[in-house]
This record gives sequence, structure tokens and C-alpha cells, in this order.
Amino acid sequence: MPVLISATHGIHTPEDVVAVRQAVRQRAVELGFNLVDQTKLVTAASELARNTLQYGGGGAVLIEGIGDGLRRGLRLTFEDKGPGIADIDEALRGGFSTAGGLGLGLSGARRLSNEFQIESRPGEGTRVTITRWR
Amino acid sequence: MLTELFGQDDAAILQRWMDNQLAGSGFRPDRISRAELQENATQFLSAFRRALSSGSTDIHGADWAAVRHVLDVLSASRAERGFSPSETATFIFSLKQPLFDRIRGLHEKDGVKLADTTWEINQILDKLGLYTAEVFQRSRDAIIARQQQEVLELSTPVVALWDGILALPLIGTLDSARTQIVMETLLQRIVDSGAAIAIIDITGVPTVDTLTAQHLLKTVAAARLMGADCIISGIRPQIAQTIVHLGVELGSVVTKATLADAFRVALQRTGLAVQKQLPHERKPPAERDRTSGGSEA
Ligand SMILES: Nc1ncnc2c1ncn2[C@@H]1O[C@H](COP(=O)(O)OP(=O)(O)O)[C@@H](O)[C@H]1O
Ligand SMILES: [Mg+2]
Repeated sequence: MPVLISATHGIHTPEDVVAVRQAVRQRAVELGFNLVDQTKLVTAASELARNTLQYGGGGAVLIEGIGDGLRRGLRLTFEDKGPGIADIDEALRGGFSTAGGLGLGLSGARRLSNEFQIESRPGEGTRVTITRWR
Repeated sequence: MLTELFGQDDAAILQRWMDNQLAGSGFRPDRISRAELQENATQFLSAFRRALSSGSTDIHGADWAAVRHVLDVLSASRAERGFSPSETATFIFSLKQPLFDRIRGLHEKDGVKLADTTWEINQILDKLGLYTAEVFQRSRDAIIARQQQEVLELSTPVVALWDGILALPLIGTLDSARTQIVMETLLQRIVDSGAAIAIIDITGVPTVDTLTAQHLLKTVAAARLMGADCIISGIRPQIAQTIVHLGVELGSVVTKATLADAFRVALQRTGLAVQKQLPHERKPPAERDRTSGGSEA
């Protein structure tokens, strides 16, 4: 799938999480997503960016507008070099949190996207990729 | 020796330095007066002279404390007044020329001494220039942090809508710092006013994620402990859908689409109602003025 536009944003402070939300919203608007889909993308991005900061010790997100002649989409890849997730199934089960959170960020981000991939190895880091199609 | 630089005709150095500053692009007559500049320069030179005579060239050491103090005050005040970093550092760098000229006058016949002394002074002034820029940057950061704090406090109003009914319109990003302040303000006002109902309106909040939702739920729970029921209003359709997808349970929290809907519920709960008057029940304007105690024209 050809990449139309791409940009990387560092995630190291709470202000960066806000900046990621704004960047994702702007890209979603440019790609012609409707208001409901924009909101879903921004909210999923907010969850994953905060996890990157809170658990991954900071990292970055790659924001890509992708598409071919038939369809267009927004792909977000969050990456950190933090402790990783020991049990991915457990983390994806709604309600599980190691930090007193609601534990609905990862599972929520998955439900808010069309495609969801997660790779994580203890001690090496975590990469979460979500895509939403228009 | 660097101590030789001063001691005779120091006024000339000050004069040259002032001329350089006044002529350079760093001089901002709109932000600083000539008299203040002269005072800064005089203070600096006297502290600088004493520091040099200590023999130490470590500008971070105890012998240079007075010099650093002058620069701290100067940089902070310039940051406050909107100078740029380079305008601020020019204060130091424009002293190079008068000092180099003085060194040339002193060591005209001794090329090695001329070069060595110039190099030494140059290094000290560069370090002081950097120091100035660093203090300036720290001051700017502090100003920005303070302004952000002011914004946080400004944008969390708690409005009394009616006896016992408070409204809390939230506007902007609900990051943790702000949410903490919002919660504390709201809970304090509930205690102070003995309100029975608090309406939290999130029309102005662009994103409601699980952290925002958790903060809202905590606020509602805490308010309940203080004897007040909360209503969350301003949940736009796209936010409502997203909250459902996130799997967040709002439980027993009452939610309404608009602040007006929430206000209606609040009035009902406190046993009040807004009623439309029939035409024959309305008093003519003139009579209304008189009965409400308005002064006679
Ligand atoms: N990038 C990450 N690195 C390490 N652990 C993570 C990462 N993202 C999520 N986790 C783990 O998964 C759990 C669930 O995350 P999430 O669903 O966002 O809920 P919450 O953030 O409320 O705990 C977290 O508590 C944390 O232990
Ligand atoms: Mg999370």
C-alpha cells in the first residue's frame, strides 16, 4: 500500500501526547474522514500515545496517510524501547491495568480501529500499529 | 595578567562599551532606558574587575558569584521584557572590543602576551555570554510555565446557576494536571456552597479517552461523598459512540446531551420548575417595573 504522507512525532512529555492528538486529527481531516471516524482515530491515538509515555518510558509515533486508487487510510505506529508487555492477551483483556487505570486503552484502541497489530517482547519494547480506512 | 586591564581610565572602557551597545541591534530603546543600561554596565564592570583580581577564571566558582548575580538579574529582567536571547547575550559580547583594544594598548610590544591575554579574556567572555543565554532560557521557561498555570486556573470556572445548582463548563484538554485542579475546585465549591447538584459540561473538551473518563468518574464519586449529585452534559454524538467503543461504563452517572437538558433535570430534582406564563398572567412592562422597585422616572 503506497504511503502518501508520513511524519514522526516524539512522545516524551504529556504535552507531546496532546501534540500527537492534534497531528492525528489534522491528518484525519486532510484525508477526508468524517467527524465520528476522526474522533475514533484521535481517541485511539491518545490511548496509545499515553501508554508509550507511561509504560514505555517514551518513544515515537509514525503517522502515515496510506492509499491506492481504491481507498485511503490512516496508519499509526507507536514504538517504544520500554519493558515490553509480559502477557499481551492479558493486557488486551479489558479491565486489566498495572497502574490503577481503567485498563481499557489497548482494547479500546483495537475496537476503534479497523486493523490492529501489537508486537512486544519483555525487555525490548512494544510496537502497536493501528489502521483505519475511510 | 588580567588584573592589569583595569585600574586606569576605566571610564573609557565603560564609555566604549556603552557606545557599542547603544549602536548595536541589541539595544531596545522601547524596552530599556539608557540610564538603566548604564547602571547594568557599571555594576557588571565593578563585579567583573573584582572577579578578575581574584586570579580565578572559573566563572562558576565562588570568586565569580557577584558577576553571576548581576547577570542573573539582568537576564531574568530581559526575559520578562521580551528581549530575544541574542539581544540579551550581546550585553556581554559587545564588551569584547573595548577590552581587546585595552589589551592591545597594554601589550603592543609583546606579541605573545597580547595573544595570550586576548585569548584568555575571549574565553571568559564567551563563557559569560553562554551563562547569560542559559539564565535567559531558564527565565523564559519559568515565565511560560507560569502563564500555563494561569491559563489552567482561568479556564476552570465554577458557576452557580441557581440555589444549590452548580455548573462546571470544561474547556480544552483534560490532561492530568488540569483535571486535578478542576476536581479540587469543584469539590471545594460544593463544600462551600452546600450545592445539591453539580453539572459538569464537557462540550468544550475535544477528546474523551479512558483517562479523561476515569477522572470524570472519580470527580462524580467524590462529589457524591460530599452530598452532591453530578450530571455530565455536553456529550456530543461522536464522543458518545467513542466512549461505548472504549468500553467505559458510566454506570449510574446521569448524562445529558446539552447543558440546558441537564439544568432541567437539576431543577426537577430540587423541586423547581420553569413555567411558561399564559398571556393574561403577564404583567404589563410598566407595572412590572414599579412592583420590582424601580425608581420613578
Ligand atoms: N507500551 C507499553 N509498554 C509496556 N506495557 C504496556 C504498554 N502499553 C500497555 N501496557 C500494559 O498494558 C496494560 C493495559 O494498558 P491499557 O489498556 O492502556 O490500560 P491502562 O493504561 O489503563 O492500564 C497497562 O496497565 C500496562 O501494564
Ligand atoms: Mg493506557
